[in-house]
Amino acid sequence: MQKHQYEVVVVGAGGAGLTAALYASKTASTAVISKLYPTRSHTGAAQGGIGAALANTEEDHAEWHAFDTVKGSDYLGDQEAIDFMAEEAIDAVLELEHMGLPFSRNPDGTIAQRPFGGHTNNDTGKPVRRACYAADRTGHMILQTLYQQSIKNKVKFFDEFYVIDLLIVDGKTAGVIALELKTGEMHIFQSKTVIIATGGHGRVWEITSNAYSYTGDGVALTLRRGIPAEDMEFFQFHPTGIHKMGILITEGVRGEGGVMINGEGERFMERYAPTVKDLASRDVISRAMYLEIKDGRGIDGKNYLYMDVTPDVVNHYAEIDDRKNPDGSPYRVTADEILSKLPDIIDFCETYIGINPIADPMPVQPTAHYAMGGIPTNKYGEVVVDEKDTVLPGLYAAGEVACVSVHGANRLGTNALLDLIVFGKYSGLKAAEYSAREPFPDLPKDPAAFAMQQLDSIRNSNGNENMIEIADEMKKVMFEHVGVFRVEEGMQIAVDKVRQLKERFKEVRVDDKGLKFNNNLIEAWELSNLLDIAEVTAVSALARTESRGAHSRDDYKKRDDKKWLKHTLAWMENGGVRLGYKPVHITNYKPKDRSY
Amino acid sequence: MQVTLKIFRYNPEDNRKKHFDTFTVEAEPTDRILDLLERIKGTEDGTLGFRRACAHGVCGSDAIRINGVNRLACKVLVQDLKSRKVTIEPILGLPIEKDLIVDMEPFFDHYRSVMPYFVNDDPPPSKERLQSPEERERFDDTTKCILCAACSTSCPSFWVNDKYVGPAAIVNAHRFIFDSRDQAAAERLEILNEQFGVFRCHTIFNCTDACPRDIQVTQAIGEVKKAIIDRNLE
Repeated sequence: MQKHQYEVVVVGAGGAGLTAALYASKTASTAVISKLYPTRSHTGAAQGGIGAALANTEEDHAEWHAFDTVKGSDYLGDQEAIDFMAEEAIDAVLELEHMGLPFSRNPDGTIAQRPFGGHTNNDTGKPVRRACYAADRTGHMILQTLYQQSIKNKVKFFDEFYVIDLLIVDGKTAGVIALELKTGEMHIFQSKTVIIATGGHGRVWEITSNAYSYTGDGVALTLRRGIPAEDMEFFQFHPTGIHKMGILITEGVRGEGGVMINGEGERFMERYAPTVKDLASRDVISRAMYLEIKDGRGIDGKNYLYMDVTPDVVNHYAEIDDRKNPDGSPYRVTADEILSKLPDIIDFCETYIGINPIADPMPVQPTAHYAMGGIPTNKYGEVVVDEKDTVLPGLYAAGEVACVSVHGANRLGTNALLDLIVFGKYSGLKAAEYSAREPFPDLPKDPAAFAMQQLDSIRNSNGNENMIEIADEMKKVMFEHVGVFRVEEGMQIAVDKVRQLKERFKEVRVDDKGLKFNNNLIEAWELSNLLDIAEVTAVSALARTESRGAHSRDDYKKRDDKKWLKHTLAWMENGGVRLGYKPVHITNYKPKDRSY
Repeated sequence: MQVTLKIFRYNPEDNRKKHFDTFTVEAEPTDRILDLLERIKGTEDGTLGFRRACAHGVCGSDAIRINGVNRLACKVLVQDLKSRKVTIEPILGLPIEKDLIVDMEPFFDHYRSVMPYFVNDDPPPSKERLQSPEERERFDDTTKCILCAACSTSCPSFWVNDKYVGPAAIVNAHRFIFDSRDQAAAERLEILNEQFGVFRCHTIFNCTDACPRDIQVTQAIGEVKKAIIDRNLE
C-alpha cells in the first residue's frame, strides 16, 4: 500500500476541482485525484454559457444577477452567498479569459453574451444578455482551459484513481483512501485538507443528461462518514433533453430565439410565463411541459414536445415579441447564424436522431440534469456539518457536489459553470490558508481498513443479483415518482423500492475478481453510492409538504414559507435517514410570489 | 434486430492469449455501439473492459476501432453500420492494458510536449483582452479537440514510430499558434520543427476521417507546416 502526503488533496478534476487546484497549488503542496482523466469530466458537457453581468452589449448589474438567482432559487438560496457569487462572477469570467479561454466575441472584440432562462433586466422584466459563451461548448472550453493551465503550472495529478474513503481524525480532516484503477492497489493520501469536487448524481434517474460517471461519489462518501447532505430533494429537470436519450439541448437555443411548441402547434409558454415565455426558469418550463403532455398536447399525443429553432419560426416569434438587437434593429436570424452559434447541438441531433434543427424542430422531454443539493458548505467552500453551520476543519466542497446554497430550489442556467469557478477558487484559497497554519494530522492506525472491508465485501459478493437490473429499477422508480411532479403515495413507493433494492444489492454479483481495471467492481461501488443518494433524495422529498422550485407536489401545490423556508439536512444513520433543518440566510430580498 | 459483436479481449491477469470473443445482442437501429457494449457487460460478461463517461461524444473516453476505423463508441449507431456484424478492437499504437482499454500516458505525454496552454506574459488588462470575431474564428476548428486520440492512433506515421508527436498534439499546438492573444507561437513551432515533429506527417488524411469532432486535422497540420517554413524563410 503506497502512502502519499500533500497539504491539499482535491478529489475530482472538473471545473471546480481544477480551479481549486490552480489556486491551492500556488502556496500549498497539492494533488488532484480523479477517477477520470481530467478532460473527461462532465464540466466539458456544459453548453450554453457562464453568467456574469459584464454588460458588454446592454445594461446589466451584479445586483440584478443576484436577484434573478434568488428568485430562480424560489427563495431557498442563501442570499449572502448569492450576492458574493454574482459580484465575483465578473472577475471569474475575466480571469478565464486571461487564462486564454476562447470566448465567442462581439464585433468590438469583447466577450459575447446571450440571453438565458431567468436572466432579466430588473427594471423591465425582459430578458438580458448575461450568459458569456463560446458557441455551444462553453463547458468544454472551460475544462480545456483549466486543464491546460494545470499543465502549465505543473499541478500534480493522480488520474484514474478512485477515492473511496475520507479520513477524519479527532474531528479534523486527515486524508483520503484511493484505489488505483490500473493496478487495483490502495493508496493512502495523508493531507491537511480535502476538497471534494466530484460533481453530481443524475444517474439516479432514468432519463438524464448526465455522464455515466455522475454517480454521487462525493455525497455518498461524506454520508458514510456521518456528514449530512443538504436539500437533496431539489434536483433540476432540464426541459430540453433529446427525447428518450436525455442528451442535453442547451437553453442557449431559446436564448437565440428558439421556442417550445406543443402538439397543437401552439407556443404554449405564453400561457405559463407571459413576460419571458420560453426564457422562464427551467423548473417552470419542465412543469409546463409535463402539464401539456398530461393534457394530451404532446406531439402526436406522446410524451414529448418540440423545441423549434428553424429560422422562419424564430423570426416569426421575434417579430411578435418585438425582440431587438443591441443596436435597436429588429432581431432576425439566418440559418448560418444558427449554425455558427449552436454547432454542437446540431451535430448531436444529426448523429442521434437524424434531424437537422435548422430545418426541423427537435423532439424534447425533461431530463434529469443538476443537483442543487449536496454537501453543505459556506461561501468559502468550508463544509458545515449541522444546523448551526459548524465547520469541519480541513474539509471543503465545491461545484455541483456542494450545496452552498446559491441555487436553492432551482438553479438558473449559466450559474453552474459560475459556481465551479467562484467556489472552486475560494475553497482552494481557503484550503491553502488552513494548510499554512495547521500541522499534518496523525493518521488512524489502519487507515484503509474501513475502505478495504467495504470494497472486499462487494468484490467477493457471489450473489445472484444483477447490478444492471437493480440500477434500472432504481432509475425507473425515481423518474416516475421523484421526478418533475411528486405526490406522497408515489414518493413512499420510491422510498420502499429503493430500500428493497439496497437489500438486494447485498447479494449483487461482481463477475470480475481481478485487480487491474476492474470496472465491474467500480460500477458496483458507484451503484451503491447511487442507492444511498436515491434513498436520501426520496426521504427528503417525501417530508417536504410544499411545492418550491424543482420540488413540485400535486398534493401540496403552494410554496409554504411559514413552514418550509428552510434547508433540509439528511444524515444516514442506523440503516435509515434522519432529517434535520436549518434556516435560509435572507438579507436583501424578502420572499415574494414568483412569476415570469 | 440482432447484432453480432466480435470483441478483442486481453486480460493481463489470466493466462489466455489475446483473442476475440463473440457476443450476439438484441439491438435497436438507434442504439449506440456503446449501448451494446454496456448491454454485454451488464448481462453477459461483467469483466469486459472499456472506458466511457458522457456517452454523447464530448468527453473523448471511448475511442475504439469499429470495423477497422477509429470512432467513438458513443457516436456510431447500429443503423450506421453496413452489416450486422461488428468487429471491435482497441485503438492502435498505444499499449493495451485490458480489453479495449489502452495506456493513454504516451498520448498525453506528446500532448504536454507542445506547450498546450495559453502564454501571454504581459500584465492582463482590467477587462478582457480584445479579440475580433475574425481573429477568434482563425483557430476555432482546433478548439474543438476532446483529446480522444482517435486521430493519432489512426496515423500510420504514429504506428511506425511512437516518438512522433502525432496529429492531436499538433492540433492543440495549432489552437494556440493561431490565437492572436498568445505569445509563444515561435517556441511551439520550434518544438514541432524537430525530428519527431510535424514533418513526420505524410498527409494520409486518416486523422481527419477519424476525428469525431470533424476537425480538419490534416489542414491544421498543413497550416503549422507552412508557418514553420515561412518562419525558416524569413
